[in-house]
Order: sequence, then C-alpha cells, then structure tokens
Amino acid sequence: MADTVVHTREQTSAQGAPKGVGRLPRAAVHHPWWFALPALVVFAGFFLLPNLLNFYYPFTNWSSYHADIAFTGLDNFRTVADDGSLLRAIRTTLLYALLAALFQNGFGLVLALLLESDSRFNRFFRAVFFLPVLISALATGYVFQALLDQDGALNSVLGTDIPWLGSTTWTLVVVTLIHGWKWMGLSMLIYLAGLKGIPGDMLEAARMDGAGPWRTFWSVRWPMLAPAVTFNVTTALIGSMNTFDIVQATTGGGPAAATEVFNIYMFRVFGQGLYAQASAMSLVLFLVVVAVAIPLVVGLRRREQLL
Amino acid sequence: MSATVAWRYGRPALVLLLAGLAVGVPLWLVAVTSAKPQAESIKPNLDLPRHWQPGGNYADAVGQGEMLRGFLNSLLVVVPSVVLVLLLGAGAAWVFARRKSKLVSTAYALCISGLLLPPAVITIVMELRQLGLAGSRPGMIAVYTGMYLSTSIFFMTGFIRAIPMELEEAARIDGATPWRIFRRIVLPLLRPVIATATIMVMLYAWSDVFYAFFVLGGGERATLPLNLYQVASAQLYLNNWHLVFAYVVVMSLPMVAVFVVGQRKIVSGITSGAVK
Repeated sequence: MADTVVHTREQTSAQGAPKGVGRLPRAAVHHPWWFALPALVVFAGFFLLPNLLNFYYPFTNWSSYHADIAFTGLDNFRTVADDGSLLRAIRTTLLYALLAALFQNGFGLVLALLLESDSRFNRFFRAVFFLPVLISALATGYVFQALLDQDGALNSVLGTDIPWLGSTTWTLVVVTLIHGWKWMGLSMLIYLAGLKGIPGDMLEAARMDGAGPWRTFWSVRWPMLAPAVTFNVTTALIGSMNTFDIVQATTGGGPAAATEVFNIYMFRVFGQGLYAQASAMSLVLFLVVVAVAIPLVVGLRRREQLL
Repeated sequence: MSATVAWRYGRPALVLLLAGLAVGVPLWLVAVTSAKPQAESIKPNLDLPRHWQPGGNYADAVGQGEMLRGFLNSLLVVVPSVVLVLLLGAGAAWVFARRKSKLVSTAYALCISGLLLPPAVITIVMELRQLGLAGSRPGMIAVYTGMYLSTSIFFMTGFIRAIPMELEEAARIDGATPWRIFRRIVLPLLRPVIATATIMVMLYAWSDVFYAFFVLGGGERATLPLNLYQVASAQLYLNNWHLVFAYVVVMSLPMVAVFVVGQRKIVSGITSGAVK
C-alpha cells in the first residue's frame, strides 16, 4: 500500500519536473527551502530570540521579588559596575580565556608533535591523552579539587601545605591549567590532522636542503599548520570565555571572587533571584565575545593568507 | 645525528612520563578513592585503600545519588537532542551547501553564529516560562538543539559541498523526489560526519550542568551532572569524596564507551571537518 503511494508520487514528480525547471532556478526545485525550515525555526526560536531578548531584560527589574516586570533603564548595569563585579568579571574572563587557550594549545601541539607518526604505541597514547576530553568538566573539577586541596593528594605526596586553590593571584592560573588539561586532547587531534596534511615531499625537500628539526618546524611545519591554529585558537579562546564547570567545581569563583568569570557570576546572582542583573552580565558577556571574536577571526584568516 | 638518537629513545620515555603524571595520577586518584571507606577518603591521597569497599560505594552512589533516575533523565534529553540536531542540521546543511544566493549565505552565517556567540541562558529561562516549557524535558531538548545546531550545520555543510552533485543528478534523472534523494543519497553519504557531530553533541550535552541548572533545576528531572553537583555540594557537610568519585566513574563510562566504539570515525570526522 505504502509502496503504491510512493510510486505514484514519483511518477507525478517525474512528469512535473521539466515544467518546474523551466520556470524556477534549478536549486529551488531540487533543494527546497523547507528542508532548512525546521532547523531555522528551532535556531531562531531558541538561540537568536533569547539573544535578542537579552537586549531588553537587562534594562528591567525582572527578579523573583517582583510580580511584574518594569523598565528601569541602566540600574542593573550601575549596580554591577558600582560593586566592582563588572570590570572584575571582564578582566577575569579575558585572562582566563587567554591563559586557557594558551595552555590548551601548547599542550595539544606538544602532544601532537610527540605522537605524530602512526605507530601502535602512538595511537594508544593519543587515546590516553584524549581521555580527559571524555570526562565531564564538572567531574574534572572535582578530581583536581581532591588533588590540589590543602588537605589533598598533591600536598600529601609532596609533604607540603600549599593552598593551591586559595591564592587570589595564582589560583586563576591553576584553574586555567586544569582547563588546558581537560581540552588538550581535542587540540592534539586537530594539530595531528594539520601535521598529516603537510605533503611529505615538502619535508623531504627541507631535509635535502639541510634543515634540522627546528628549522623544519619553524619554516615548514608551523606555517603549514596555520588552518589548524586558526581553528584551535578560535574555539579555545571563545569557548573558554563561556567556562563554568571547572571553575565552579574547583573554586566556586573564589577565593575573594578571584576566579569569578561571567558564568559563575550569572549562576550565583540568578540563584539569588536577581534575574535582570544576571541577564545584564549575560549581555556584557555577549558583547565581549563579539568584540574578541571578530578581530580574532579576521586576523587569523589574514595570517593564514600571509603564511 | 645524536639529536635523532635522543629523539628515538627519549620520545617514548617522555610520552610515558607525561601520560603517567598528567593522566595516570588523576585517574588513579579517582579509582582508589572510589574504593575507599569514608574515613580513609576524607583527606584524598594516592594510597591504596586499606579497606576495600568499591561495591558499597557504588551501591551508595546509585542509591543516595539518585543515579538511575539521573541516568534515565540524561538519556531522555540527550538522545532526542542529538537526533534533532543531526536531522534538522542535515536538512539545513543540504540546502546551504547546494543553493547559492545572498539569502542562503545570510541564513548560513546566522545559523553558524552559534559556534562563537554564547547562548543567552538567562533570557532562555524567561522565554521557556512564557512558552510553558520551563523545567520540562521538551524545553531542555529545544535549548540543546538550538545551541548545538550550529556545530552540526557547520560540519555538515562543509562535508556536503565536497560531495559531487552528479550523484544527486543521476537519481533525479531516474525521477527521485528531493525527499527521496535526501533520504537515500545525502543522509547515507553523511555517515562519517554524522559520527563526528554525534560525539561532539553528546560530549557537550551529556556533561552539561550549566544550562541544565537554569532550564531543569534540581528535582525530578535532574540529569546526571546535576545530580553529581548535588552530591558534591553536600561535600561541605559530610566529606564524601568516595561517593563523588564513584559517581564520576559511572558518569564517565558511557562517554568512554561511545568513544571506544566510534573512535576511528570520530577522529577522521573531526580532522576532515576542522582542517581542510
């Protein structure tokens, strides 16, 4: 029964097709828009629309303490600016993103160079270094809390009493190191792909010309890795501006708000019922990401062309 | 010459050392702590348990941590999200890859903007409340689908552009409808990139606690990561590292299993999608 239906429909479309081709551009017949429609609707409804609404709610008094929502202008922004959280969150988040991207890419590139050739040994250890990617960021955070706590495993091994997660200056660096640890496996894979894409005769030619490993790396491999660098640096930098789990699990934003990135702030303030204030921070995060992403992507693309 | 020799012998030694310190030590800590009684795990260390009780800990994590419910809740939001992201993403990617116009490139640019832009999580909550979807699984699925569509559309559009048009044209001459071509030709060809998109989206959605916190909150529909967060937050009062790590192990195993099964495809998909 079902077969017959399909069959008839095919026949009609076969007869109808030449007519359609005559009137419409080919693509309109063969790749109709309605294939993209469901995705467009969901994406517009649950990604774009909230981001648009995010340009309105920060200017209201929306909270769990008011029955209805009224326009209040810049009040929320004034509050977060006056208590110092605005500038602190911007600074902390940017520093976090910068260091996390640096560590993630540094570790990833070193691992890729160490494990470049396709031996069984290397394949096994690639999987080992990819393991942290598979463990949730929240779990990663708890593992390192247990490791780095003042009463934790590292101090017990070293016989020291260092508050690894308790310094207002250095804890941010420690947390970004953990971030780099968690994601280094993904960067490694992408750098490995980049290294594989370098033609063998190019490396051969460099060797014939008497280039040592260092010279080959800087003059041949590194420039050829440009697309991998673009992808890795962009995703790492932008992705880590959206960080939450690792920070929440290791420090919860402390000590003394030293690691309070945007999402930690939103989480905390939303929990207090101050929705509009949290949404103000969310708008600032959006603007900061845009401000970083556009020059970054443009700059790295241009660099790819030059190299 | 001596540099080459040093590399030949030094490299594997360095790899072993790094793997042992960077990955081995944390995993060892998780494994031994999850087998210790509470008294031994208050101050976490790398010692073997003096008294082994892995079974008891895992049973407690399952019982006190509402693990089975969390597991089911995670499945009920992650699986539909992944399926929707793949199906809707493939449809959109097909149109974006094959049609050429200003409108198409604008729609494509908008759709992949989610790769860079952060989701506006606070106003998502507001919108879901107005739609009556707050705290519900359909709401969570819609949010994950909206968030991760960009990833799948980006990977799939690049992939489809590399598929020769002739394959579709041959079918068209035989009288196949667009729907039939999509289902019988495009979707099967997308297999490798579907594997990549699946693992990426699963990876994000399975371990997400941030968005789940805003959309689902705690309670009956809490997913595994939300439960883990609850268990570990109780830490302040009862120091239950043994339970936290039992939970971590159980929560990570499904992802490790997915990776082991799909490893080949995942690696090749990531590499062909990201670096061209």
